[in-house]
Amino acid sequence: MTDPTYREFHPRWLRPRMSTYWWLGKWPYVKFILRELSSIFVAWFVIYLLFLVRAVKGGEVAWSSFVALSAHPVMLTVNVIAFFFIVFHALTWFAVAPQAIVAHIGKKKVPAILIAASHYAAWLVVSAALLWLLLRG
Amino acid sequence: MPERITMQVARYRPEIESDASFQQYEVPCPKDWVVLDGLNYVKDQLDGTLSYRWSCRMGVCGSCGMMVNGEPKLTCATFLSDYAPGPVKVEPLKNFPIIRDLVVEISDFMKKLVAVKPWIVRKEEKPVSQGEYLQTPDELDEYKQYSMCINCMLCYSACPIYGLDPKFIGPAAIALAQRYNLDSRDEGSADRLEVLSQHEGIWGCTFVGECTEVCPKHVDPAGAIQRYKLTATMDWVKSFVLPRGKAKEEE
Amino acid sequence: MATRRERPIEPLLWLLFSAGGMASAMLMPALVLLFGLALPLGWIAPPSYEHLRAILANPMTRLVLFGVCMLSLFHWAHRFKYTLYDGLQVQHLNELINTFCYGGAVVGTLLAGYVLLGF
Repeated sequence: MTDPTYREFHPRWLRPRMSTYWWLGKWPYVKFILRELSSIFVAWFVIYLLFLVRAVKGGEVAWSSFVALSAHPVMLTVNVIAFFFIVFHALTWFAVAPQAIVAHIGKKKVPAILIAASHYAAWLVVSAALLWLLLRG
Repeated sequence: MPERITMQVARYRPEIESDASFQQYEVPCPKDWVVLDGLNYVKDQLDGTLSYRWSCRMGVCGSCGMMVNGEPKLTCATFLSDYAPGPVKVEPLKNFPIIRDLVVEISDFMKKLVAVKPWIVRKEEKPVSQGEYLQTPDELDEYKQYSMCINCMLCYSACPIYGLDPKFIGPAAIALAQRYNLDSRDEGSADRLEVLSQHEGIWGCTFVGECTEVCPKHVDPAGAIQRYKLTATMDWVKSFVLPRGKAKEEE
Repeated sequence: MATRRERPIEPLLWLLFSAGGMASAMLMPALVLLFGLALPLGWIAPPSYEHLRAILANPMTRLVLFGVCMLSLFHWAHRFKYTLYDGLQVQHLNELINTFCYGGAVVGTLLAGYVLLGF
């Protein structure tokens, strides 16, 4: 039984549609989408930081209420989630840095492991410096 | 190790059906058989109407790419016994239109490949009498990885961006453009930049990275693309810093 | 042979995205740990108000913070735009999405400027 729309010299190609939920199909795709969604928490923390700065500028009372607000269960939950997503962002960012950055010293390529190591080292140094700066007083 | 394995092979025969279906075949499963051996057994012994592409059967021609249990694979390089006790699902390469059974339409990739000018571009060719273009091992090392591409298009199947937007130029095309951009004998970077710097060029890529994961030749197209984004961006920054009169910056 | 590119804005947007990604990856984890978790939960002795105010009084601090905020916002804008395109396949709404994302980043940057640099 021949399909009436079949044209002998131009058969119809099948073009399967991509599902809206394509990203649930494989774990690497899920990880990718989670990584992309981490940017929402990056933006959230910018807002949080700006409120923090405003509170410090506003005086000791404003600062205390900000600290109290930060301890509120909802705020705390959001920040716990934000912490995991922001660390996830950092880890995935440094993991792919060697793929994106190919540096040369003279004519020789810098080995990928050095590129990765320098990123993690910088992360450690910057984090330590920040915490020391903020906690020493 | 079971002696036989069931293969669920996708069929699409436009003259009798309007959608794809699956057909089951039971094939022998010796330790050294690959999925392609299974398909050849089906074609030779069970069902001569099955259509599929293959050629070298040793992983250098790039013809036999298909989805095996949902993953893009070279069927000549994927062992059947790895899927024991089965069943193992074999479907045509994802993100390409299906012509028949396991055969997909690849002219889109062919067009994109030509568009990136995958050949040495020089302002002036050196005459043969002047000898060869010399290249040090370090200079070869710059682009060698990207030259390993066999145009199998597994990366296009793994790339969700290509699946969502077929206008995206795709991983292999960009990796091959890089193979020539980074070749010390080539002078065509500016030519390729025009094609690659469009929205459907490198900027559509969001660095999912699956293309690199599935590449059977370890070309790392994802890396090639990100490197090129950096190059193109630095080039763009320099175009503001360098005088307007300069058409392209020197090497 | 035309050397004009179709979308000259793309390299700039990607540069902002990249810089924002690097800045947020380097600086934010420690800050979230401190100000999002450790401080409210009392894990450490809190820095005194005067100390924080002194740090903030330094114009360098505010400039760096402004830079990090601006870059992080543009990092979000670029990434979120593509997430909407690819995740929800709503590319046909691209004008709306671009306005929301990059416009939002601009608004956030202005807010950051107001809070941090007082303009």
